[in-house]
Amino acid sequence: MQYLLSVLHDRLDLAPSDEMAAIDVFNDRLQADGHWVFAGGLGFPDTATIVDNRDGKPVLTDGPYVESKEYLAGFWVIEAADLDKALELATAGSKACNRRVEVRPFL
Amino acid sequence: MRPDDVGAAITRTHQKEWVRVVASVTRRFGDLDIAEEAAAGAFAIAVERWPSDGIPPNPGAWLTTTANRKAIDRIRRETRREAKHREVAPVYNEMAGPVGTIDDDRLRLIFTCCHPALSVEARVALTLRMLGGLTMPEIARAFLVPEDTMGRRITRAKTKIAAAGIPYRVPSAADLPERVGGVLAVLYLIFNEGYLASGPDIGPVRADLTAEAIRLTRLLRVLMPEEGEVAGLLALMLLTESRRDARISPTGELATLDEQDRRAWDPALITEGHRLVRERIASGQVPGRYQILAAINAVHTSARDIRETDWAQVVALYNQLIAVDPSPIVTLNRAIAIAELDGPAVALADVDRLGERLVRYHAFHATRADLLRRLGRNQEARSAYDAAIELAGNSAEATTLGRRRDRLGT
Repeated sequence: MQYLLSVLHDRLDLAPSDEMAAIDVFNDRLQADGHWVFAGGLGFPDTATIVDNRDGKPVLTDGPYVESKEYLAGFWVIEAADLDKALELATAGSKACNRRVEVRPFL
Repeated sequence: MRPDDVGAAITRTHQKEWVRVVASVTRRFGDLDIAEEAAAGAFAIAVERWPSDGIPPNPGAWLTTTANRKAIDRIRRETRREAKHREVAPVYNEMAGPVGTIDDDRLRLIFTCCHPALSVEARVALTLRMLGGLTMPEIARAFLVPEDTMGRRITRAKTKIAAAGIPYRVPSAADLPERVGGVLAVLYLIFNEGYLASGPDIGPVRADLTAEAIRLTRLLRVLMPEEGEVAGLLALMLLTESRRDARISPTGELATLDEQDRRAWDPALITEGHRLVRERIASGQVPGRYQILAAINAVHTSARDIRETDWAQVVALYNQLIAVDPSPIVTLNRAIAIAELDGPAVALADVDRLGERLVRYHAFHATRADLLRRLGRNQEARSAYDAAIELAGNSAEATTLGRRRDRLGT
């Protein structure tokens, strides 16, 4: 199965270098063990633009889709046999990036 | 066979075979929802047919076969309805369980239903439905929530298990202690809800829930004979349950340990509980919290009279428990034993130190009130009883506290 591990954060700061180093180590492990699908860090919420073209007339709105204290700072997409494995990886990932991580299965 | 006898036989078979049927169908089809519906369907057919056809020679095998057929029927129906084939969740994993566990579908089912990714309410509900075989209305009644709320809770949990890939497996040896702890917590929660119901205006003791918790813990003990804490929890439940009838006075109030008629205690449950406690002590392994709690209960149930209680032993066990579980509630319970050993003044000093952390807990105020009463500080005792009554969730408990308050002199 594939899971999305969302990294949640509530302050507008980038990970310091020691956290970045820990994330690199974790990423290497994901790749070595065959769990890696994709991952990335995201720009701050104020760099977001919403596009709404449901009516065929595109409307652009500046800013994130939801105003909340916490935002999506980055994510991993991983391959894992079941939720126990995904939770184990998320546990290591949360430690590595020093943030809370949400685990959700893909359909 | 008379219809009554068939009815009783079906009830017995239901108790014995329900979890086995659900577990076996879950393994084969990898879906709890299909398994639950198929098991319920098989039992419905048994209720319909057994009175006229007679009870089959091997009721368990008959039920499993019938349930498998029901499951296949449903999958065929759904396959025909949906263009795409229903994807059976590949949750089943052949990996054998860690040493000291029996590789059994029922054990896999227990760990799936008590998975930490589910909410506690969902774990309790799923455990009673999938493992205990209680019906949705029974579970809803037991927890005083509307049936559709309970139905949604169970449906949501089953959906999450399938969609999020919660495995049908005994956890790895590394995860096992924590996961067993999680299962025991669910069983103890069910037992406690039966032993002292949390809602107002319902009987203080509900034997159906305590009996169900004991039954499931017995099953877990058969499946995990090497787990000391499983034996400990079973002993704790048996020794607590042994006092059930003595705990409620003829007027429906809760009787404390010193007020109980010890002749009304159940000697068979006490004997079994004591045997388990001795077995755990003889193992020489470091006991966990359930084993220590069981040992404390064994001391109480060994005394023919409250005055015969070995309070020094009780305090020593509480000290051991605080080392494992340093919660203020454990310290509060230890104070009750300290009051007997060193007097109420020493105990009150201990209790008062907990004030900030337990100010919203009725037992904190009730314990303080009793200690103040014994010290003759009636005015303070009265306001402590008032605080306890205000916070008590159960009506019988509130009445009992009110009675004790009203007995205070001035």
